Amino acid sequence: MARSSSKDAQDLFRALWSAYAATPTNLKIIDLYVMFAVFTALIQVVYIALVGSFPFNSFLSGVLSCVGTAVLAVCLRIQVNKENKEFKDLAPERAFADFVLCNLVLHLVIMNFLG
Amino acid sequence: MARYLGGLLALLFAASICGAVTIPGPVSDAHRSAASELFGDSFSSLEDAYEALRVFEILGVGNKPDVSATTCKQVVENLGSSSPVKDLFYALKVNGILKCKVNADVFKDIAVRLKATVNDASTLVDMYYSIGSLVLIKDQASDVDVLLADADGTFHSIKALSQSDGRWRYSSDNPESSTFAAGLALEALAGVISLASSEIDLSRVNTVKNDILKLFDSIEKYDDGTFYFDEKFVGGREHQGSLYTTSSVVRGLTTFASAISGKINLPGDKILGLAKFFLGIGIPVTLCTSDFFLWCRISIPLVLSLPETVYSLSKKDQLKVRVNTVLGSAAPPLTVKLVRAFRPDAKDSAVFENKELQYDKSNGIHVLEVFPGNVDVGTYVFVFEIVLHDSAGEKVFATGGQIHVPIYVTGIIEVSNAEIAGLDSDLGSVETQKKLDLAGNVVVELSANHLQKLHFSFQLTTPHGHAFKPHQAFFKLKHETNHEHIFVIGNTGKKFEIVLDFLGLVEKFYYLSGRYDIELTVGDAVMENSFLRPLGHVDLELPEAPEKASRLPPLPVDPYSRYGPKAEIAHIFRAPEKRPPQNLSLTFLSLTLLPFIGFLVGLLRLGVNFKNFPSSAAPATYAILFHLGIAAVLFLYVLFWLKLDLFTTLKTVGLLGAFLMFVGHRILSHLASTSSKLKSA
Repeated sequence: MARSSSKDAQDLFRALWSAYAATPTNLKIIDLYVMFAVFTALIQVVYIALVGSFPFNSFLSGVLSCVGTAVLAVCLRIQVNKENKEFKDLAPERAFADFVLCNLVLHLVIMNFLG
Repeated sequence: MARYLGGLLALLFAASICGAVTIPGPVSDAHRSAASELFGDSFSSLEDAYEALRVFEILGVGNKPDVSATTCKQVVENLGSSSPVKDLFYALKVNGILKCKVNADVFKDIAVRLKATVNDASTLVDMYYSIGSLVLIKDQASDVDVLLADADGTFHSIKALSQSDGRWRYSSDNPESSTFAAGLALEALAGVISLASSEIDLSRVNTVKNDILKLFDSIEKYDDGTFYFDEKFVGGREHQGSLYTTSSVVRGLTTFASAISGKINLPGDKILGLAKFFLGIGIPVTLCTSDFFLWCRISIPLVLSLPETVYSLSKKDQLKVRVNTVLGSAAPPLTVKLVRAFRPDAKDSAVFENKELQYDKSNGIHVLEVFPGNVDVGTYVFVFEIVLHDSAGEKVFATGGQIHVPIYVTGIIEVSNAEIAGLDSDLGSVETQKKLDLAGNVVVELSANHLQKLHFSFQLTTPHGHAFKPHQAFFKLKHETNHEHIFVIGNTGKKFEIVLDFLGLVEKFYYLSGRYDIELTVGDAVMENSFLRPLGHVDLELPEAPEKASRLPPLPVDPYSRYGPKAEIAHIFRAPEKRPPQNLSLTFLSLTLLPFIGFLVGLLRLGVNFKNFPSSAAPATYAILFHLGIAAVLFLYVLFWLKLDLFTTLKTVGLLGAFLMFVGHRILSHLASTSSKLKSA
């Protein structure tokens, strides 16, 4: 039973992976970027769990910077994805410009909060 | 500095009063340095220069050659030109000190001019300066003719300004009279007498003498016998103060007295009082020589002083009296008599009378060798009298009549018959009784309850066996909690006695039972063995406090603690937060790099390339500028984090943002158009 379930899980992952392989490269880059941001945030959370929350504002700005970037990247991904008919009329360049602008504003706030 | 300044001004005035040139007295280096500091090297006017030079001369401060040279130049200039009379006067005075080289013809010219001024002058000040200048010329250039032809007329015109009270007016059209002006007038009159070609009418001189006597009627007085002159009113002219006024009068008086023949009969006590005034201000005592008083034909005051006004019966030392002149020099042969002595509270009954003090030649003091046996401890007033051996001396010296001196006679008071006893309240029977030797260190231990009484008594006797009543006789009970109760010990005839009825005192004691320390204080100024000593303690049993009883008051704060140092203020700072070890933080810093590396690796595996980068020149430039712009904004953020403030950052961001918008729009629209072309193609 246990064996079959692990095999099922392997099958499931393999199916997922092959399905994902069909994703366009630009979306994959964005995914990679999101992963990078999330992992960076995770490492900071681990750090804060280990040593205590002393420069709490720095911690918050670090984590929120990563999370915010990740969210913005996800938004970019939604807008760039051609499958989403909702954003059909929106040029990907326009979406990228929004992404850059939002990131700049976000990081201005982050820097201000960093202390 | 201010003290020295006052002293110096006084010195200056005194200097102008006395004709003394050298002073063998206690002028200290402090006076000299203060004078140098006060006057400096350069003088704004000849008047200042004269004052400074005169003070330097009196203090024995050497003149600096350059000061003399520049001042002399000023003097010669003033004498040569037709400068005002006042400047001439001070120029001549300075010349008197510095002995500048002045041509004899110059003196002649000035003398002629001054004589004309004397005849024309309408104000007292002009008269004073011109006559004063003529007198100075007479001293400095003996061959110049300075004698006044119409001395009588001049004398009369000055005298015409005098008032009925002995004061003078500054001019005939000014109704205000001034004491200061009287001094000027007297000096001017003295000048006229010395410049007169013929003898001045004696009756005129005598009226001036009368004026002086009238002037002395308006003299002011302090309580301690100090006399001084002051202006009656302050108006019009600048008010100069009593020192200025007094010195003016005394200077005028002395010059006048020295110019005339015969004596001015002034009351001795007022002369003494004036001397006291100057001495009290702090002029060194021997500044003037006694010549001053002799010249003035005024009596020299003799001062009687006691090195100590306390006489101890136990030490049997001698009562010493010192007599010298007011200027500190030795007195002529004389005898000091102790006329009588009395207690201040019984002025009419003398304790003893008529004792003569022996003169101790070696020490120059008068000694009462055998102290009268009937003088007990206490405060007395001794009345001394100075009797001069030479009866002619009485005209020269003022003895000041009978001199009252308060004397404290102290001695050891014997404390005896001290008893402390506990009494039963109802019956009055003695429960415990103890004799105390207050001279020793015996302490008593008593116990009592609120139904009992405490009785304490002692006797004080003077060395002569009389009962002694001290200023202070206190009995103090002090509870363990530091609550104190002080009782005054009353005296009944010979005995000092206090009875504490604890029943009446329970309220006052706040129902505090327990141990009370007993302390006895006996003290007086004339009691040599005043004491404060613990007597022991009493254990009191008092009833429980009823509910309505008054609360125990807080202990009084020690009044001296208010002036002591305050408790040090300890500043509480927030403790620094715990920081993790540095290595751990660095490890995590490198760990955060891992996802980035993973991101790069992932990009490589995906086969990312720059094929889409525009190849033509303009779009490529825009693309590069776009990326550089983003990098610049991010770099600015780093600067913002490190050192910039929000406003500078926002301004720069605004500029960079506009640039970024422009290049971004260019490159992105270019990309969009190429991609749409691709699509349509």
